[in-house]
Amino acid sequence: MKYIDEFRDGDIARKIADRLLAEALPDRQYSFMEFCGGHTHAISRYGVAELLPPNVRMVHGPGCPVCVLPIGRIDLAIRLALERGAIVCTYGDTMRVPASDGLSLVKAKARGGDIRMVYSAADALQIARQNPQREVVFFAIGFETTTPPTALAIRSAQREGLANFSVLCCHVLTPSAITHILESPEVRQYGTVPIDGFVGPAHVSIVIGSAPYDHFAQEYRKPVVIAGFEPLDVMQAVLMLVRQVNDGRAEVENEFTRAVTPEGNPTAQALVSEVFELRPSFEWRGLGEVPYSALKIRSAFAAFDAERRFELGYRSVADNKACECGAILRGVKKPTDCKIFGTVCTPENPVGSCMVSSEGACAAHYSYGRFRDIPVRVEVAA
Amino acid sequence: MTTRKDYTRPLDIKHGRVDMGHGAGGRAAAQLIEELFVKAFDNPFLRQGNDGAALEIPAGHRLVMATDAHVVSPLFFPGGDLGALSVHGTINDVAMCGARPLYLTASFILEEGFPLADLKRIVESMAAASREAGVPVVTGDTKVVEKGKGDGVFISTTGLGVVPPGVDVGGANARPGDVLLLSGTIGDHGVAVLSKRESLEFETTIASDSAALHTLVAAMLDAAPGGVRVLRDPTRGGLATTLNEIARQSRVGMLLDEAAIPVLPQVDAACELLGLDPLYVANEGKLVAACAPEAAEAVLAAMRAHPRGAAAARIGSVTEDPHHFVQMATRFGGRRVVDWLSGEQLPRIC
Amino acid sequence: MCLAIPTRLIEIRPGAQALVELGGIRKEISIALVPDATVGDYVIVHVGHAIGQIDPEEAERTLRMFGELSASQGH
Repeated sequence: MKYIDEFRDGDIARKIADRLLAEALPDRQYSFMEFCGGHTHAISRYGVAELLPPNVRMVHGPGCPVCVLPIGRIDLAIRLALERGAIVCTYGDTMRVPASDGLSLVKAKARGGDIRMVYSAADALQIARQNPQREVVFFAIGFETTTPPTALAIRSAQREGLANFSVLCCHVLTPSAITHILESPEVRQYGTVPIDGFVGPAHVSIVIGSAPYDHFAQEYRKPVVIAGFEPLDVMQAVLMLVRQVNDGRAEVENEFTRAVTPEGNPTAQALVSEVFELRPSFEWRGLGEVPYSALKIRSAFAAFDAERRFELGYRSVADNKACECGAILRGVKKPTDCKIFGTVCTPENPVGSCMVSSEGACAAHYSYGRFRDIPVRVEVAA
Repeated sequence: MTTRKDYTRPLDIKHGRVDMGHGAGGRAAAQLIEELFVKAFDNPFLRQGNDGAALEIPAGHRLVMATDAHVVSPLFFPGGDLGALSVHGTINDVAMCGARPLYLTASFILEEGFPLADLKRIVESMAAASREAGVPVVTGDTKVVEKGKGDGVFISTTGLGVVPPGVDVGGANARPGDVLLLSGTIGDHGVAVLSKRESLEFETTIASDSAALHTLVAAMLDAAPGGVRVLRDPTRGGLATTLNEIARQSRVGMLLDEAAIPVLPQVDAACELLGLDPLYVANEGKLVAACAPEAAEAVLAAMRAHPRGAAAARIGSVTEDPHHFVQMATRFGGRRVVDWLSGEQLPRIC
Repeated sequence: MCLAIPTRLIEIRPGAQALVELGGIRKEISIALVPDATVGDYVIVHVGHAIGQIDPEEAERTLRMFGELSASQGH
């Protein structure tokens, strides 16, 4: 597969690993946050952590839209299916996220909720066309990468006059989340989470461009390297971050030049502006209320806003007291710091959202990395 | 010799549908059984028309029984259908015990309204699979449920086979040092079925690998008597799940070599597109074996010489590990754990 | 950042749709967000929509850059 396989080459990986070992200063600790869940997944799946020098640590950020989806939002989707009889269409990622009353979308489906997994917002539109007598709601989650397709669906629905289609909008914004982490007490004041720099998101950046990150580099004096999705991209980005730190620079660099430009995708951006506007505040799981971090549907498209159409009132629901997802999402704690990690909370029985999505820090560590927690002597007989 | 027909009209296969009468045990039911099932499976056992079958078993052998229910949707997919799957699946379960499959049963739960034309297609596919494998369907049952209470058709098959003395194949037999062998490419079946699912539709030439593996197993066992310790077919949950099951049963660990695991380029591509991992995608015509190291070469050669094992490969080894982890050396040069599947593997956006 | 894959655009279809190819499989997706894409281009597909394009020259440059010593480092 072109533009995929070349960026997974093991020989080049070793080259970059050697460079990292040579250039990371031995008496210094480096901590970089990879913001996006996709990067977390790549690091885990390919075993990138092992190829980094021991003094270079990756901190998993909150860039997993499923992980930061508060329980209250899933409750809304479940209510729409169980109480209002709507066909609720959702991406596969959200199906197992634990919500209130021991429910999740997949459990609500078992109780008779008409909940359907779709690959694309366009599929939800199609379901609405095929079921004119039913209300069809698209549960829209995701960062800036996923927002333009939702905008397209809403605009198409308006043009077609698709009266039974609406969207439960839970789209969130990347720069706000990064700001929030950098402003959190732990980082700003106490220096507890010494984040030396960020591996910036790949596909979000295709849409928003590299320009929006200049702010972090300047305001917070933290380097940002936008990295592609493949493991070689991630390793190269880490190398570029190490170099910036060594040089005392705090710039925005783009490793993913083959897909990301400074201005991003203007068509997508214009469409998103047409359909959505900023919410003054939005609750993120683990981060609390974050200002100007999420989108809602503009009045011009109010007919397609499920929150308005169904007069849904959002109720915030607290996380399980033992769940450390909040601290983990902010990079303050590691999955193994959570008392219920691997015992009560497992991928089979997730308590918090970090364990549900395969990008969640806890799920990633459990599935791919927990063998490192336990000293295992692997013997292969001759 | 002719049999007097009590019926006035043959089944309307073209336009007819299953109705409650077909499950009532009366004339309509008998007609369905005779004109559809018995006609397709046609063997001396069924022709006797009894409720059960009296069977001959070779002396000195142990019996192996296996049963499976088949509920796949869609019913028809590239490379197979529910019918063929139900025959292959149970034959394979019997074979994975090191046994030679001899007989099958088949029971059908039909939903009221199910088209007879589709039923005939499925039954004929079963019959063809059964004939090709040389394992007859000797007895069966049919029930009909009301519309809305069944997904078209559910098929349940049970297989009976025999294990000769001295053959001991089982999930708990793997030992550190054993070699892991895989009979061919993984993920074909799951991708073939997914390609037909609404909302995920994509064009592909990938076909299900649904196949009976008992002759492949026989060749492997002959190649190295006592050398094959574990056999299992990685169906739902994929290769990863099967290996974890074996690791747990045998109380061992495993170390796999990612580069050695055969995956068709199109299966790789489909999984990339949907965010799936081929290790967790279902197969219906593949097996994984744990062999004594000294027997591995002979067994692998026997596999490659057989049509169902042409792409067979050595994919790793069994290790000593108190935590029973299945680990994998990635193509990239790192290492990861290949864990159990959590819930259903769903295509993801993130 | 989310799951998105570079695919080759092989056919443009009405309604801002296109047929793309990856490793031998083909799928119809929306190109409404990349109106300038043409046959032969590599588009990045996310949830059934192309969100951007691959610049082949930049891809080459990136591959060449991997692991290379930068001029400013003195090791």
